[in-house]
Amino acid sequence: MIEIENVRKSFGTLEVLKGIDLTVQKGEVVTVIGGSGSGKSTLLTCINGLEPIDAGRIKVDGTEVHAKSTDLNKLRSKIGIVFQQWNAFPHLTVLENVMLAPRKVLGQSKQAAEEMAVKQLTHVGLGEKLQVYPNRMSGGQQQRMAIARALAMSPEYMLFDEVTSALDPQLVGEVLDTLRMLASEGMTMICVTHEMKFAREVSDRVAFFHKGVMAEIAPPEALFGAPKDPELQKFLAATH
Amino acid sequence: MFNTALTWSDLAFLAQGAAMTLAVTAVSVTAGTLLGILFGVIRVQAGPYWSMPLTFVLDVFRSVPLLIQLVLANAFQSIAKLGWAPFTTSCVVLSLYTAAYCTEIVRGGITSVPPTTRRAARSLGMTWWQDMRYIVAPLATRVSLPSWIGLTLGVMKDSALVLWLGLIELLRASQILVTRLQEPLFILLICGAIYFLISFPIARLGGYLEKRWSPND
Repeated sequence: MIEIENVRKSFGTLEVLKGIDLTVQKGEVVTVIGGSGSGKSTLLTCINGLEPIDAGRIKVDGTEVHAKSTDLNKLRSKIGIVFQQWNAFPHLTVLENVMLAPRKVLGQSKQAAEEMAVKQLTHVGLGEKLQVYPNRMSGGQQQRMAIARALAMSPEYMLFDEVTSALDPQLVGEVLDTLRMLASEGMTMICVTHEMKFAREVSDRVAFFHKGVMAEIAPPEALFGAPKDPELQKFLAATH
Repeated sequence: MFNTALTWSDLAFLAQGAAMTLAVTAVSVTAGTLLGILFGVIRVQAGPYWSMPLTFVLDVFRSVPLLIQLVLANAFQSIAKLGWAPFTTSCVVLSLYTAAYCTEIVRGGITSVPPTTRRAARSLGMTWWQDMRYIVAPLATRVSLPSWIGLTLGVMKDSALVLWLGLIELLRASQILVTRLQEPLFILLICGAIYFLISFPIARLGGYLEKRWSPND
């Protein structure tokens, strides 16, 4: 369970998160929508401790992320995150990209890490690309590799930060299909996305962020069907 | 036809000089590179403000002509009664000189690794050290290699200046022969050829590594 309590975060004088409360249950898929600069991506990087917070608390399975005593590296191995930019390690093959963290962070044997990597890469449809270097693949393939790389750590939570925003339109589908597959397998996910159709399909709940505030959160039928917040109504009108 | 008073034992003398050049270069480039990596990482980690003293000292080593550094260092070690041999003094000065340049090369290499790539590594649970070791080091090395090869070749040639401390390296050995045999052009030609023979493999090694890494970039 991820518990976010009254989280505040500023960059300089700009307050990007103004007291966010959100609880995500095991197995739940929550998507976060909202305009640029609404704070939705920042929230994800706060959840796995890449960004410090100014106030409030984030607890993952009862462990407080920003407590001094928390071993962040250990915690991060159970929270996978995939970014807008896929960030392949260009000097390693696809297989090595996926094997690196399980070997070095989890201390897995070469054989175990390879088995897991092949399994995850096959899962995202890259079983044929094991020995290829990332720069020889399309953006969509690299993004799927990044997903497999995160999954190889056997995370209990997956955070997706606008994973299709930097992709060519014709490559968006293959990545969204991968996310749909994960959602259907019961992975706990928080997805920041601009893909409304996708959000409507996979989400248990959709959260709308506006200027650092979570203006509305509801199941997709309610949020898209009968939006209450005036800003959300404007946002949906503009994106349709 | 062509006549020369140069004997095989003179050539052996030149080879000894070349060996000295190689020894000074190998020690200085190794020590200078290790120091350069250390200083480069410190400069990146500490940021421009906190690394100002280090940057200043390294700037001094980069700005003052090497010959002056050698002469001053030799005088200093003698005044301070350190009792350093000319070889030691030469290696210390050349190492710091190499380190000063290498620091900038390393810093440039590290900052060339996209922060987002490093963030991805950390988000997988890798520690700072693991990120440095498995992601930053290989990527920065690829970027830095051509400059580092250039630095190594430069230091190898600049090492001729240690003759001012009395070390008989390749150039000094040639000068001795020129004085004795009065055949400056021929002997300097040989001397230049030996410098080339030493440099060429280093340059080729750089080219080879670049080529080997390039298909992945």
